[in-house]
Formats: sequence, C-alpha cells, structure tokens
Amino acid sequence: MPTITIDPITRIEGHSRVSIHLDKSGMVQDAQLHVTQFRGFEKLCQGRPFYEMPALMARICGICPVSHLIASAKACDALLAVRIPETAERLRRIMHLAQIIQSHALSFFYLCSPDFLLGMDSDPAHRNLFGVAAHSPQLARDGVQLRKFGQEIIRILGGKRIHPAWIVPGGVSNPLKAEDRDAILKMVPEALEIAQRTLTWFKRQLENFREEIRVFANFPSHFLALAKDDGGLAFYKGWIRIVDADGEIVNNFEARDYQEYIGEAVEPNSYLKSPFYKPLGYPQGMYRVGPLARLNMARHCGTPLADQELAEFRELERRFVLSSFYYHYARLIEILFSIERIEWLLNSEGILSDHVRAYAGPNEYEGVGVAEAPRGTLIHHYKINPNGLIQTANLIIATSHNNLAMNRGLTQVAKHFIKGRVVPEGALNRVEAVIRAFDPCLSCSTHADGRMMLNVQVFSSDGELINEVNR
Amino acid sequence: MTKARVATVWMDGCSGCHMSFLDMDERLLDLADRMDLVYSPLVDLKEFPLEVDVAIIEGSVSSEEDLEKLYHVRSRTKVLVSLGDCAVTANVPSMRNPFDLDCVLRRGYEENADVNRQVPVENVPRLLPRARPLHEFVKVDVFVPGCPPSADLIHFVVSELLEGRTPELAGQCRFGA
Repeated sequence: MPTITIDPITRIEGHSRVSIHLDKSGMVQDAQLHVTQFRGFEKLCQGRPFYEMPALMARICGICPVSHLIASAKACDALLAVRIPETAERLRRIMHLAQIIQSHALSFFYLCSPDFLLGMDSDPAHRNLFGVAAHSPQLARDGVQLRKFGQEIIRILGGKRIHPAWIVPGGVSNPLKAEDRDAILKMVPEALEIAQRTLTWFKRQLENFREEIRVFANFPSHFLALAKDDGGLAFYKGWIRIVDADGEIVNNFEARDYQEYIGEAVEPNSYLKSPFYKPLGYPQGMYRVGPLARLNMARHCGTPLADQELAEFRELERRFVLSSFYYHYARLIEILFSIERIEWLLNSEGILSDHVRAYAGPNEYEGVGVAEAPRGTLIHHYKINPNGLIQTANLIIATSHNNLAMNRGLTQVAKHFIKGRVVPEGALNRVEAVIRAFDPCLSCSTHADGRMMLNVQVFSSDGELINEVNR
Repeated sequence: MTKARVATVWMDGCSGCHMSFLDMDERLLDLADRMDLVYSPLVDLKEFPLEVDVAIIEGSVSSEEDLEKLYHVRSRTKVLVSLGDCAVTANVPSMRNPFDLDCVLRRGYEENADVNRQVPVENVPRLLPRARPLHEFVKVDVFVPGCPPSADLIHFVVSELLEGRTPELAGQCRFGA
C-alpha cells in the first residue's frame, strides 16, 4: 500500500506538507494540509508601543506587507480615534492596489504560469519561471514587468519596495510629489496592455484545463469579503459581508464586531488555524475568501475594462463561480481593476495635498483594522494600556479563512487523480496546484514559515500507518 | 562554461528576502545564463541536491526542522550566504525569545481560539525554545544584513559569487533598511 510524500510543496508562499490517507484498496479517503511554521506575532508584540505596530506587523509577510501596514494602521487610527485626511486615505489605497498587482503577478506568473504554459504533467526540472522564459519569453517578461510596475509604485510612494515605513497611524508620512505622480502615470499604459494581453491568453487556455476546473476545490460554499453599500468591489474599507453559494446575503457586519461572527478553530496537525462562521458552527461554517469571493460578491468593479471582464466572468457558471481554479482568472481581473483604479486615484483632485497625517495620542484602548489583502480579508485587533503599550493582539489572516476549503479541495483533487498504487508525478503536481490556486501565503497565515511537503501517508481504516512515500 | 549551482532556502522569515531576490526583475532572467536554480521555493525540485555552489538562506533557525535543514544544506554547499536580518541576527522571530515558548503557543492556539483549543503537535515540527541566527550552528561565509537587503545588493552579491569573488560589503548595506 503506497504512501507518498511531496516535500516540499513548491511554488507557493509557505512551509507545509500534505498527507493523503488511503483505504485498503488504495483509494483516497481524505487529505490534510499541515502548515509547519509559527512565529508568535500575537505574543511577541506584547508590551511594544502601539505606533510600532504597522512596521512590526509588516514583517509578518514580505509578499503582502502593505496589507498588514494598512490593517495595522487602521487599528491604530481607531486607537487614536482620528479620521485620517482624505488624501492620506487615497494614497494608502494606491499603495494597497499596487500591492494587489505585484502579489497577484507573483502568483499568476512566477508561481503558477509554469503549470498553464508547460502543463501540469511537464518535466518538473523545467516547470518554473526559467522554463517559462525559455519557452515563451514574452509571458515571462510580461510577468516580470507587471510585478515590477506594482513594486515600483510602492517604492516611489514609500521609499522602498518591501516593508516601506510610509503608512503610519493617522495617515501616511509624506505627501505625493507631482513628478512622482507623473512617473507612475507614464507606466500605466504598458501595465494595462500586459494585463489585457494576459487575460486574452489565459481565457484561451481554460479549454485545456476542463478536468482541473471540475475538481479543483469546486463545491458550494459561503464567501466572505469586504463590500460597499452599493455592492461595489472593496479593498480598503466596507462591511464584512458573508453570502451563501447562491449569492444571498447571509450577514453584513462591521469589522469591530468580527468576534461575534468569526470563530477560530485549531487542528492538532497544523500551525494554521481554521476560521469559521460562528452561527453555522465548526466545520460547517466553512467559507472562502480572496479574489473569487470578491468577484462573486461584487455587483460591479467601478472601472470600465474590469467591469467588462467581470460581466464575462459571471457567465462561467450559472450563479456564483464555484470552481477554485477560477481564482487565477479572478486574479487577472483584479490586476486590471487595480491598474485602472490607480490611474483614477492619481488623477483625482487633491491627491498632491500636503495634509496627509492626523496627529493624536491614544484616545481609545481598543482598535480593530481590516483590509482586503490579495488573498482575502485581513483583521488586526489590538488592546493597549493608557501608556499606549500593546496588551493583547489578535490577528486573523487572509489565507487562514481558506484553510477549511483548501483541505476539502485537497481531498477532492487527491480522490480524482490518485488511483491505486502508482501515482504519476503529474497527479502530485495537481495536488499542489489546487493549493496554488488559492495562492496561500503561509508566511502570513501562521504569522509563521515556507516549505510545503506533500506527504502521502497511507493509513489503514483502523488508523494504522502502513506506508509512507517521500518524493 | 558550466553554470553555477545556486539554491535559495526559506527558513523562519517572512519571505521578504526572497521577494527582494525577485525584485532583481529582468536581471533575474539574465542570471539564468550563468546559474541554475537547483533548489528553491520557486522551482519544483524537491530534494536539496549534492554539490551546490551557493546557498542563499533567508530566515532564522526557529524549529527542529529548520536546524536539521541547515545542517543538511551546509554539508552540501560550498558558499553559504546568510541573507537578511532574520538569518543574520534572528531579528523579528527572536522577539519571542523573552517569553516562555509555552506562553507564545498558548497565546496563538488557546487564548486566540474558540474551538479545539490546543497547541498543535501532530505532523508539525517542534519549535526551539529560542529563535537563533544561522551562524550559531554552522559556518556562514557571507553575511548580508537588511530587512530586506535591496535587490541591487542581492544582485551584486550573487554576481560577485558567480565570478568566484567574495563580495566586499563594507559600507554597502545596513541593518533594517
């Protein structure tokens, strides 16, 4: 009886392994994701001054530090009890959207495009960005350019590409200069061209992935994301909205009330916690977050090109789009939206205003901040003492919301592609690829590490470990 | 000319150093003429191979698995690079060191949980009581501080190593920035 271990799961952002349980006849019963890093941010920040939080919490993740900067700074804005200047909010939004672009480009081009271009069954020795560059220089160059576009906007605004110390409690630390605005605007046309070219290419590829579309975590589930009153796509602020698989709104609540509705469960075999929707209990309260959830929920994006794409995206399935393979597609639409939106914000009145920060001391002793990170809804919750020192912190990270759905998707894919003793490499790559579709950031989600092991362990039906295969 | 065999390893860090490595942008694709990435989160080869010329490691040593991996990488590598503040000083991961490990784990998995409150122990590596920098366990050949080090600096370090030279980093980098 075989057990297979994939160690590490590659081309994802994090450390983890998967075990797949087979029955006596070698058929898959169940699969589990084990995340193997933990750093303890909820403890190590205790006793630190609250105004250090954005810069410290950015270090949770080098891929989406801007989301942590924003959620953390918003929690600190609540502690200061200030309303930050309108220009500061717009500048934060620009940096945040730039990060959506670079993070999604990382996922789509650097991590996943080898599967799309070279194939799920292609030679693992070349199934990477360099293999893509050799096979299709244009696609690789497009990916590099698009990620660079996002990263450069972050650098121009905040002084450096990763962990910029520019988003602060009360706003941002420096206004935008006219020449910097113009430099970014000059880069917009090429970025738009790449985003549209890639969408066209990817839509044509979908025909080759019918089987993956059918089984990649494809099931009805609730979805959770930020939403505006008019149902528009929201990244910076809004209600936390939860809808069911038919699109009916189940609940709408403010970020500061998150603990009434979102619970966290612990499984003994992973450092990644599993959030769930409390009224439905655990694990029935499973929901999905991220690009697929946001686009399912959005009535419109609010920019012309992205709205056209959204209309077409809606046609994929009868009601909500349920196959997680379409996360990739949703990511490309969000890139397009973000480029359009950045252009609009840069051209908006008052964007060059010098008034970009509100000053205050701690006026509240508890604050919650929320943002839509590339991978989904991110919540930071701090309590301080009168001296402004952190007493407790609770973080709910985008990727962890998807933990239950990822585990269910793993089982679905393993059951479909792993049949009996001989497991082809391409089948294991698909087990990894369903995880890649969610673009988990395990660095973030365990406030933790980045190895993913696919460890297929074979257990007999009475729970005895019979065999283990490492690859 | 044979290409250099280069590996990148991510231990207990945020991946910001790996992202800065990618921030070399098109220069990364150009480097493919002179080096093969034989092991990395970015490629699909699952085994750390023999005879690696340069291994670039991000992150601190925080779990038993990190430590095992570090010894394994060192034994198969000519030049080992400690990339970024977490690898060089244990930086942010070491901020948990003043706290008892049990308290750190309990905060995450008991105080901040609603269901099945328990510290995970199955199928996950045991954490070390303290997060430590790489050079406390193995010989490090090149130290590159920064949070993260800039892409230009990483490009300089890699280029020098590919030319067979030891990068001269005095005045080129600083902690934090």
